[in-house]
Amino acid sequence: MSFECGVFHTRYESDMGLRRTPVERVRLGLLVLFVAVFPFFASPYWLDLANQAAIATVGAIGLNILVGYTGQISLGQGAFMAVGAYAAGLFTLNLGLPWGVGIALACTVSALVGIVIGLPSLRLKGLYLAIATLAAQEIVEWAMTHWTALTGGTDALVLPAPTLFGIRLNTGFNFYWFGAILAGATALFAANLFRSRVGRAFVAVRDQDVAASVIGVDVFRTKLLAFATSSFIAGLAGAMIAYYRTIVTWERFTVETSIAYLAMIIVGGLGSIRGAFFGAVLITLLPALVSNAGMAIQDSAPGVTRLLPYLQQAIFGVVIVLFLIFEPKGLSKLWRNAKDYFDVWPFAYRKG
Amino acid sequence: MDVFLQLTLSGLSTGMIYALAAAGFVVIYKASDVINFAQGDFLLLGTYLLFFSVVQLGLPTSLGVLLTVLGAVAAALLIERLVLRPLIGEPVISTIMVTIGLSSVLRGLVHAVWGVSPRSIDSVLPTGTTAIGPATLSTARLLIVPIALAVLAALWLFFRHTRDGLAMRAIADDRQAALSLGINIPGVFGLAWGLAAAAAAIGGIMLGSIVGVTPNVATIGLRVFPVVILGGLDSIRGAVVGGATIGLLEAYAGGYLGRGLNLVLPYAVLVLVLMLRPYGIFGRVEIERV
Repeated sequence: MSFECGVFHTRYESDMGLRRTPVERVRLGLLVLFVAVFPFFASPYWLDLANQAAIATVGAIGLNILVGYTGQISLGQGAFMAVGAYAAGLFTLNLGLPWGVGIALACTVSALVGIVIGLPSLRLKGLYLAIATLAAQEIVEWAMTHWTALTGGTDALVLPAPTLFGIRLNTGFNFYWFGAILAGATALFAANLFRSRVGRAFVAVRDQDVAASVIGVDVFRTKLLAFATSSFIAGLAGAMIAYYRTIVTWERFTVETSIAYLAMIIVGGLGSIRGAFFGAVLITLLPALVSNAGMAIQDSAPGVTRLLPYLQQAIFGVVIVLFLIFEPKGLSKLWRNAKDYFDVWPFAYRKG
Repeated sequence: MDVFLQLTLSGLSTGMIYALAAAGFVVIYKASDVINFAQGDFLLLGTYLLFFSVVQLGLPTSLGVLLTVLGAVAAALLIERLVLRPLIGEPVISTIMVTIGLSSVLRGLVHAVWGVSPRSIDSVLPTGTTAIGPATLSTARLLIVPIALAVLAALWLFFRHTRDGLAMRAIADDRQAALSLGINIPGVFGLAWGLAAAAAAIGGIMLGSIVGVTPNVATIGLRVFPVVILGGLDSIRGAVVGGATIGLLEAYAGGYLGRGLNLVLPYAVLVLVLMLRPYGIFGRVEIERV
């Protein structure tokens, strides 16, 4: 929580607002305007990337609630999303439920699984918890590929296209609105969560669990609640993937997925909703940017296209390493620095 | 009986390679509290460096092995100096994430240089079979067990009986006290990474000679976790016992149970150990309020 110079609130409502200054409101307006105008100019390729980024934003906000705000390191994001996607797929296929109900059920099932996977957090913390969630990820991966009675094994689940008033939702253009609204709603939910008692309790557990329990926070309950909330949102992201692609396969929810989501919140900034958005966009666009750069130089560097998948992997790693070394607080800190710079421009004075 | 012996040998030899990777992991964790997610990629690097020096450069095997180990150690020292040292004292998530990033970089680079199609080396370990009693066993796998045990014993002796080994144990015990006694902590961190890379490279060489030079070698990176948690995160002995146990468990599960249970049982064991005895069989018991 930071305060801008020269802004004096005279009413409690304006002091407690999510956007407290006219500049912040204008910026938000510009973002909304951009989001609203973008699909009319974007090619299908960029629309698809935008949709992936919207899904990734939802997932990254979910993971950030657990890792960034509550301090419980999780390598199980892929598993939570898998549960969401498979629940959505199986409820739609086996019970013929509409997609709205499917999403609600998927989120609920994920939250329940999240509580189960979170149970070790009652006894473990730090790296031991990270390893426990890694084990959970591997076990869920095994269930996806080998529990054929439930998941169909390595065969994909193929869903009917979701429709709303007869309009197909899974085209690039139509899903864009769906994704943007859900991503916005998730961000709003998370922003409000951390102004509530529950959200503050999450942060208290992260910062100092002993102190948290002294001031009356039930630490175990709070940790489990953080797992449930986080995996509820991860389940939403999984269900979005299921209905967007209308194909559910295990390859989308491997340990690499978990790692990509952790990378998003590290690169974006731990404990920041804006950071989760920035990180999700960057990590989603990164492979595309590397490919485009590779295509651009393929005349002068023949053979580079063959190397692209490996270069994407290596550059993904380099980005993580560079951020951790040079800006561990991520893109959201860089954003703040840039804002601070222009706040006092043309004077070189920097706020702490 | 025949099948049982073969499964036992296959489990033990794989387990010993796990033990080598895990021992490297333990050395790094003991010295610097860093969880190294890139351990599997050092095995991968070892496998491909050997392929490079023996097949592509045409060096004799002994020189090739030497070059591989030196190459892996050099890479590890460079990584420790450039990447890990700036992060000393950062939170757990940073060190976990940075080694995950490194793993991605190493894997991407190895594949960019050598591609992903399987290659073979046939000159390091003999390829034939040996008949012991009723069973016909792979000679390479028979040789892996004593070689790995010898390397692990050397590592253990190093910790017990050398000055650097003592310095490492001192740092593991109490970093502040070690620092005040004049132990060169960054130097020891570098040494730990070098040793870990050497152990992993030897593991990679042996793994490459039984499963071939393929990207799959790196999957051992995550298999290390059940091994080190079972044995104890800071114990070399634990790495050996854990490696053998997990290797045998996988082999028997794959041979007798099927259904891919060999892939998941190690993680089930991991969860059980974490719930019942998080410090593993030989690990130091640290009591901490959670």
